[in-house]
Amino acid sequence: MTDREITLTVNGREYTRTTEPRLLLSDFLRHDLGLTGTHVGCEHGVCGACTVLLDGVAVRACLTFAVQAHGHAVGTVEGLASDPADLHPLQQAFWESHGLQCGFCTPGFLMTLIPFLDENPDPTEDEIRAALSGNLCRCTGYQNIVEAVRLAAARRRLDVRVGA
Amino acid sequence: MNPPMFGARHKRNEDPRLLTGQAQFVDDVRLPDALHVAFKRSDYAHARLLNVEVAAARAMPGVVAVYTAADLGEFWQPSPLLVPPPPTQHIVFNGRTAGQLARDKVRFVGEPVVMIVATSRYVAEDAAELVEIDYAPLPAVVDLEAALDPGAPLVHEDVGSNMAAHVIQRKGDYTAAQAEAAVTIRRRFLYDRGTAAPMEGRGVVAQWDALARHLTVWDSTQAPIPIRNGLARMLGLSERQVRVVAPFVGGGFGPKIMMFYPEETLVPWAAMQLNRPVKWIEDRLENFVAMTHERGQVHDSEIALTADGLILGVKDVFLHDTGAYDPYGLTVPLNTQCTLLGPYVIPHYYTEFKAVFTNKTIVTPYRGAGRQHGVFVIERLLDLAARELGLDVAEIRRRNLIPPDAFPYNNGIIFQDFTTLTYDSGNYAPVLDKTLAMIGWDRFEQEEGPRLRAGGQKVGIGLVMYVEGTGIGPYEGARIQIEPSGKVTVVTGVGTQGQGHYTVFAQIAAEVLGVALADVFVSTGDTGQFNWGTGTFASRGAVVAGSAVHEAALLVRAKAIKLAAEALETDEANVELVGGYAQVRGVATARVSLAELAGRANPLRGAVRPGTEPGLEATAYFGPPMGATAMGAHAMIVAVDPETYNLKIHKYVAVHDCGRVINPLLVEGQVQGGIAQGIGNAFYEQLIYDESGQLLNASFMDYLLPTAGDVPHIDIGHEETPSPLNPLGVKGAGEAGAIPVGPLFAQALEYALADTGIEICEIPLSPSRLWELVEAARAAGVGPANP
Repeated sequence: MTDREITLTVNGREYTRTTEPRLLLSDFLRHDLGLTGTHVGCEHGVCGACTVLLDGVAVRACLTFAVQAHGHAVGTVEGLASDPADLHPLQQAFWESHGLQCGFCTPGFLMTLIPFLDENPDPTEDEIRAALSGNLCRCTGYQNIVEAVRLAAARRRLDVRVGA
Repeated sequence: MNPPMFGARHKRNEDPRLLTGQAQFVDDVRLPDALHVAFKRSDYAHARLLNVEVAAARAMPGVVAVYTAADLGEFWQPSPLLVPPPPTQHIVFNGRTAGQLARDKVRFVGEPVVMIVATSRYVAEDAAELVEIDYAPLPAVVDLEAALDPGAPLVHEDVGSNMAAHVIQRKGDYTAAQAEAAVTIRRRFLYDRGTAAPMEGRGVVAQWDALARHLTVWDSTQAPIPIRNGLARMLGLSERQVRVVAPFVGGGFGPKIMMFYPEETLVPWAAMQLNRPVKWIEDRLENFVAMTHERGQVHDSEIALTADGLILGVKDVFLHDTGAYDPYGLTVPLNTQCTLLGPYVIPHYYTEFKAVFTNKTIVTPYRGAGRQHGVFVIERLLDLAARELGLDVAEIRRRNLIPPDAFPYNNGIIFQDFTTLTYDSGNYAPVLDKTLAMIGWDRFEQEEGPRLRAGGQKVGIGLVMYVEGTGIGPYEGARIQIEPSGKVTVVTGVGTQGQGHYTVFAQIAAEVLGVALADVFVSTGDTGQFNWGTGTFASRGAVVAGSAVHEAALLVRAKAIKLAAEALETDEANVELVGGYAQVRGVATARVSLAELAGRANPLRGAVRPGTEPGLEATAYFGPPMGATAMGAHAMIVAVDPETYNLKIHKYVAVHDCGRVINPLLVEGQVQGGIAQGIGNAFYEQLIYDESGQLLNASFMDYLLPTAGDVPHIDIGHEETPSPLNPLGVKGAGEAGAIPVGPLFAQALEYALADTGIEICEIPLSPSRLWELVEAARAAGVGPANP
């Protein structure tokens, strides 16, 4: 198939690129745009490491063609914090809770959880575990990830109450 | 006062980069003009290679090079034998390692046959589709017992059989001991294959600088320094011409230390041949078949006991599946032999194994590295003996524990590090007591269990114990420098795969040097930074490299104090290091900063006294005489759904003694993660091969890793029995969690399903396998068992 020109925004910035129709969004983000924070763990849509936001919805970048993102807004882990010294509250909670070890799966977990916490500001542990069940982590045993989500949710509710 | 370092729950220095997507993994190395590799791998488990036709692939636009074994010329060579057998008598060992690309014959599905280098991975995979290989299929060697039958097809014809090794070890006289036994239990135990499945597969990027004549290789390896040394040798370069970097590695768990994978030598070689950067990133399908596996063993075991339940002896004869080649020697089955002894007094022990070549993926250590199997055998034998003798499972274990005054405890057989297996220190009964208390054993037995069972729930409780040989030699090293900025760098050769080395090594150095944790920069896994070392395996990073960091920090501290004493005009004994300063003890006004001292230690002008080394820098090495023995106990309460045989783990407790704890936050994370892998191994994960040697479930849709819905909350307790073998008193913690989970599941599920009378002598289990066992027991007319 012939190459296509696509235009999309990634983390608020607009990009126009010419691309093969078969190019995966994960490869497009990583190789064409250099946004290597999105990781590729299985390339068959199970592990969730490549999760990104497409118009605010968590999707698997390895099951999405770059051309499908034409005209849409993509969010990646690089969009959560511009600097390691200025972490997003969810990232801060992962840090404090030791919610990562090798860290390879972590960007996918974060991007899964961003819309989840928007929709579920006060989740139960069962709801958190259900939300995490589409992302595989081989290092942590999930316990500290669950703790991180609880911590992030609690702080967020506190911020909402005090109007921060 | 300096803030506490050792033993404090410091969050990790490395996390902000990982959390923001700014940590570099191998696939994140992006080099201009880079080429990409795909491999055409064998579709057959066992076949002669009649013809490999690559003309169409070579002709495809975008393809730069296509290599078969014949194209490698003199570079084609069998991989070195990574771990030779122990230098003891009466060991049969047939070492066979693979060349980089198969020639003449393929021996497992996934063995690389053709390497394609192209302008993109997409093009390289397209070209791989055009490769035509003419195979003459041979019958596959799959079953371990059938493999040793006379007349079985041979994986390596020149060996003359499929026996890769035969090892017998003895302690005492089992036969005589068994003759005195009141009770002897005999069973066959099965432990099937699984895979480590790190979330990041393997990957190699290589760049040859033809003008500088220097090769840089980024490799997701656990052992960058041995990789560097071997690459230099194979490529005809000086070790100083090769730099291997293991950047952030997305999980290792053992298989990323298999030197050498074919891809690890071919990618750097191709980069030199083509004078362009070359990258290969393993995809998940490749990872399932081409990254090493673990765990296939068949045990015929027996235990002899007195009427009081004291162990007289154990006999264990097993087959170990080593796969198509055995580059890692006997590490895994030796671990099995040694770890079977557990925390128990076993006066007489006969252990014999045969390692067997099969037409399956190579077996090398994966987290636990054979220890699981041994623990499964001894723990199951004790459970069966307890039932026979009418003893409680905790009581039979308690009666047999090695007493605290018996250490160091010599087990009289050879361990994987070729030393005599000796437990350095231990105090086991408190671990058992704490585990029973934390799980609520008595409450479950007296109230909770009967109440839940009366309500129709199939609920059970279990308790298992284990020891783990950790922290083996030979050595690691570290170099520490206080820089003119006052900040500290710690450099070591071990690689890191998520254990938190950037933090624990910083804690060790910060404590000795009196600086803030954030002011310690740690470099690991870069041979350009440190020249000597072996790697990250056998739960040894904190023990061996950590001790080297400690020794180096002490040397730097002495240098700093010597200079400070001169500057402050006081005795060295009066100087302390606090908050980045050297000060007269207790007098915060009389001080000089470490930054200032670092400057004075490296003057640009003036005379330096003879014998003085520049800088506040020191290098130290540490090699323990033998491994440090960690131990622990796990317990759980589990309910089985009578319709689906799915599980609900109500409570899981792990009590762990890994000596002094450097960072409890990180140790707990290691234990939790290990248990999650153990749960996968016990109940979800099994590599299924058919009789032709095809792996039937090589995807995450078919091979089930545990999810957040499967792994319960885990309560962790610590006991601390320091190791006398290193200055920190630490023992390894990385593998412990994964080791005893199989027998714990078996025991607790037998309890929960006691009304069916099933006996569980195999791992992995699954809901359908549990159902089969229950149906088989029903058909055989087995009655209910006493839980």
